[in-house]
Amino acid sequence: MKKLFKSLSLPLYAVITGLVLGAIIMAIAKYNPWSAYGSLFAGAFGNPIAIGNTLAGAIPLMLTALGIAVAFRTGLFNIGAEGQYWVGAMAAVFIGYNFASMPWYFHIPLALIAAMVAGGLWGGVIPGLAKAWVGAHEVITTMMMSYIAILLAHYMVEKGPMMQQGFVPQSPPITASATLPTILTNSNLSAGLYIALAAVVVVQILLFYTSFGYKLRAVGHNGFAARYGGLPVALYTVLSLGISGVLAGLAGGVQFLGVDYQLTDTFQSGYGYTAIVVALLARNNPFGIVLASIFFSALSSGSQMMQITSGVSANMTDVITGIIIFFVAADRLYAYILRTLRKKQVVAVARKEVQS
Amino acid sequence: MNFFLQVFGNPELYASTLAMATPLALAALGGTFSERTGVVNIAMEGIMLVGAFFGVVIAVLTHSSLLGLLGGMVAGVITSLALAWPAIRLQSDQVIIGMAINVFAGGLTAFLLNTVYGYNGTPTNTPFLPTITIPGLAEIPFIGQIFGQQNLLVYVMLILVVVSHYVLFHTNIGLQMRAVGEHPEASATVGVSVVNIRYLGVSIGGMLSGMAGVYLSLGLLNGFDVNMTNGRGYIALAAMIFGKWTPFGSLASSLLFGFAIALSISLQGYQVSANLVGMLPYVLTIVALTGIIGRSRAPLADGIPYEPSK
Repeated sequence: MKKLFKSLSLPLYAVITGLVLGAIIMAIAKYNPWSAYGSLFAGAFGNPIAIGNTLAGAIPLMLTALGIAVAFRTGLFNIGAEGQYWVGAMAAVFIGYNFASMPWYFHIPLALIAAMVAGGLWGGVIPGLAKAWVGAHEVITTMMMSYIAILLAHYMVEKGPMMQQGFVPQSPPITASATLPTILTNSNLSAGLYIALAAVVVVQILLFYTSFGYKLRAVGHNGFAARYGGLPVALYTVLSLGISGVLAGLAGGVQFLGVDYQLTDTFQSGYGYTAIVVALLARNNPFGIVLASIFFSALSSGSQMMQITSGVSANMTDVITGIIIFFVAADRLYAYILRTLRKKQVVAVARKEVQS
Repeated sequence: MNFFLQVFGNPELYASTLAMATPLALAALGGTFSERTGVVNIAMEGIMLVGAFFGVVIAVLTHSSLLGLLGGMVAGVITSLALAWPAIRLQSDQVIIGMAINVFAGGLTAFLLNTVYGYNGTPTNTPFLPTITIPGLAEIPFIGQIFGQQNLLVYVMLILVVVSHYVLFHTNIGLQMRAVGEHPEASATVGVSVVNIRYLGVSIGGMLSGMAGVYLSLGLLNGFDVNMTNGRGYIALAAMIFGKWTPFGSLASSLLFGFAIALSISLQGYQVSANLVGMLPYVLTIVALTGIIGRSRAPLADGIPYEPSK
């Protein structure tokens, strides 16, 4: 219990610091931070439909962040989840608008499996092998693969094979048999929520209750020791980045079968980047990821209301997000401040004693 | 054949290559200074955005593009200190701090753009950096069309590459920088201040990334727009690695990326997909990293926090 409390305290400090500094910036820009945060909260949780949309936004974040956390646990930084998400989305949509005669209990799983395989191959094969064989840094390779994926997605619907007949650069919509049912009327919340929560449990078990997960974490904890212990580090690197991509691809699949239904010509979800923040804030703990993804989804779903009601630009939430990551990474800051304060105290006490 | 001549025989393509390569080369040069002293700098994207924004703000306020340039560089240095301090003093994870700066800078500049200038964007009467015509050179056919008439910062960039090479490899301070990035403990033993040298490296990085940002907002494009760097900071990072952490290498790989960008622009309107051609710089980066063009090795202590022994 004490351990749990301790692991929660740093993210909590960081969130509070982020909100306070955000309020100060708003106050300097002559906005009322109270009304801004009030409308942000109302926009995210003010009524059942808002709550449904906030939860809906948390689904792709949750799945992508789980993938990033698996990579982090293996000591790898998958910064290219955004591209893996789009590759998954492309695969799911492609299966989704073909095979119209298939019953839903084949069609949906097939589309999601295609999304997972596509994401897994995109994240695992090239970045994984390049890292394992020649030590190419995965931050660069996954990011380059991400840009390539997004250009590929543009190509697919602009003049490529997935373009709908006509002149509009978009894909055909998926058929009814591939659509994930909505579980809250008038909101974006689909049955994808159950898939995401199931994935949380699966990743928790995989990481902490299987020998495979133990080995993944061993590689992340100390690659040299793992190698001397006889683990094929290269294989685990590829597998870890692959699993990471599988989950990001699944996120894209679930999002398009449950919310978006067809590819349109804007390929900027931002989930891949926000998910990194989610994983960092949750300190790569699967259950922490559930909370953190709801938090960041709320920031984003409430920001529109904040912009409309209090006039504060919705980008303010990015400012707050940046501050939160900063303070999670600068984890020694709180100890540093305490130490400096204590030093000052000691000096003050000593000075008093000298004077008397 | 005619098509190839039309595309590749056009000096515009190479002039545009140089223009597109300039922000990448400036930022990659900055990253080289930072990483040579041992601080991983993925914050170039965010620092460029801050530089681009404050460059416009100062230029509008003072009616001077040169003061805008200065303002953007100062803003870049200040932003880079937000990387330097936790990286050097708190031994924080440099990649994550860099991420934080990128997210923060993207949000802050968008927020300030709306707050300061409203939703119409930056003023249209912003003074922009001048385009320089070099007499004599500009008259030479082909070569002159490429090099003779470019933005001020294109020439500044070319000069800075040479200066940086000299500083890093032929001066005492450059030697200290490289030593700190390779083996901070050994450098400390001979009396070099690891902390100061790292602050210096990151600050130079911030200054050059800020300059790259100003080039975007006051040179290449007209004014500031939300997230206008559009991944250039990350491509510059790749250019630096591809260039093996050297100034001339950074320039060469920036030119390569610049060429791929210029090519994908000039192919618009032809039957070739600009999206597919646009993949070229990213594919090249991966190819470069997988060692086909020779393995590139980071400074040994790059990214490793230095903790002075007590």
